[in-house]
Amino acid sequence: MNVITTELLTKRFGTFTAVDRVTFEVRRGEIFGFLGANGAGKTTAMRILCGLSKPTSGKAIVAGHDVATHPDHVKRHIGYMSQKFSLYEDLKVWENIRLYAGIYGMRPAEIKAKSAILLRQLEFEDGRDKLVRSLPLGWKQKLAFSVAVFHEPRIVFLDEPTGGVDPVTRRQFWELIYQVADRGITVFVTTHYMDEAEYCDRVSIMVDGRVEVLDSPEQLKKRFRATSMEEVFRHLARGTTRS
Amino acid sequence: MKTLRFLLEKEFKQMARHSFLPKLIVLFPTLMMCLLPWAANLEVKEIHLGVIDRDHSPLSNRLTHALEASGYFRLVAFPESFPRALEGVTSGATDVLLDIPPRFGEALERGEGTRVFIAPNSVNGTKGELAAVYLSAILKEFSVALRAASSPVSPAPAVEVATLHRFNARLAYKPFMVPALMVMLMMLLCGFLPALNIVGEKESGTIEQINVTPVGKFTFIAGKLIPYWLVGFAVLTYSFLLAWLFYDIVPVGRFGTIYLFALLFVFGIAGFGLIVSNHSATMQQAMFVMFFFIMIFVLMSGFFSPIKSMPGWARAIAAFNPLNYFVEVVRGVYLKGSGVGDMTRPLLALSSFAVIMNAWAVWSYRKSR
Repeated sequence: MNVITTELLTKRFGTFTAVDRVTFEVRRGEIFGFLGANGAGKTTAMRILCGLSKPTSGKAIVAGHDVATHPDHVKRHIGYMSQKFSLYEDLKVWENIRLYAGIYGMRPAEIKAKSAILLRQLEFEDGRDKLVRSLPLGWKQKLAFSVAVFHEPRIVFLDEPTGGVDPVTRRQFWELIYQVADRGITVFVTTHYMDEAEYCDRVSIMVDGRVEVLDSPEQLKKRFRATSMEEVFRHLARGTTRS
Repeated sequence: MKTLRFLLEKEFKQMARHSFLPKLIVLFPTLMMCLLPWAANLEVKEIHLGVIDRDHSPLSNRLTHALEASGYFRLVAFPESFPRALEGVTSGATDVLLDIPPRFGEALERGEGTRVFIAPNSVNGTKGELAAVYLSAILKEFSVALRAASSPVSPAPAVEVATLHRFNARLAYKPFMVPALMVMLMMLLCGFLPALNIVGEKESGTIEQINVTPVGKFTFIAGKLIPYWLVGFAVLTYSFLLAWLFYDIVPVGRFGTIYLFALLFVFGIAGFGLIVSNHSATMQQAMFVMFFFIMIFVLMSGFFSPIKSMPGWARAIAAFNPLNYFVEVVRGVYLKGSGVGDMTRPLLALSSFAVIMNAWAVWSYRKSR
């Protein structure tokens, strides 16, 4: 079953076509890597799928709803973590969890119980009353991700979630992603790190606003006779006309 | 509505935890109410008067004494010539000159008319104008008294104008300015803070996270408005208290009337701040736009100069100025004891202001573009 279907999805800003007739599907429960060089149109495409940006033409169905006509239906079933991992820095950890859970209509008692479980799983019970501002970047990212899936969305969108942290922290972050995928939540993730691309079930690579290839990392490596995703990516990025 | 509770909780926590905001909310009204009523004062006293007496008669002497006794003037110079007198004006030592011509007393005694010359220094227009007005009033009194004394049998049928200043008998400035300062305060706090709020969330990126949730536009804006509403009410109450403590100024009318209108005004001005915030990309931009509008609001509000003395086109613009109505209301309640029934026009104007601003605020908040 597909949780995301796009058909000739296009977004133009003036004469610039950021996303150019993109068509693809994302299956339920998979970890879908959305790759591309800077300026290839990944973030724009992702923002359309989240209902933050309206497509110029084409169609996208996310969690069973059209993003252009019913963005608020879509928003009820998705989680989102932006590059800026937008937690409120001047709120405490538990307050951030409570706020977002509350916004998605969870009851206070339910929020309380689930927060306790979450913080135990993260081994972060000490951090409950800390201001987010005071946390190290790695923790902020883990927390932002946990908040984004707290209301059990069908899909979670991650926009370069692991920027700026060391490989060990990144690996820990991916452990969280696997756990979430095991729960049946579809993970849609953009990344710059090609080692992360290897962790995905399937990856698409965007070049100049178009989805150039879409397959599992193994198949892609076989097709381009490459030993790593890094090589696949470089091969494709050579064709880019945007810098 | 359940969502609103969580949003409000968040706003209040952020406000309380802010390093500067709670201090500002207390300090700002305190400073403004303690300082400005003394500064924003247009009462003119201690006018420095120079008299060029070319007559030196008993009558010219009497006139000079009458001026001194009025309480408005202080005689600072008796220059012998007009050019010398002007030097005093140029240097700023003299505010107004009275030139008494030769044979002034003689002419008056013979019952003939005579002319004196008044030259106010109008660098400060208000002061100069008032000095001239006060001087001519005293001159008139002087001439009427003189005429009555010289012909007791048939006094000239002089028309006397008696002025009774209602509601503020002594034309004191503080009861006039203090209520207006309260309005200023509410506008600055409840206009600027919301203006910086949403744009602040844009800068930190948190607004994206909110936009990707199913929070409704209306709920979001209500979550932003209500805290400032409460801040506005707290500040208003605090300034009532300060006005009473420091200046012994209490409204003739009801506090309830002011609160009712404040409800509408703060709702409107906070909505206005949110509109600016919605349309701005950065804090600087929001600040600049707010400054621009607030300057216009203040200067066209009747705060300093009466709207009735503005040209027609300016009055037409002032009719759209919410501050103008709220100043009128607060002054009305404080000085005249006006009730809601006396102020249907401001009530209507402020209600429409509040509705329009907030409809616009909700409309201009875009969850997607």
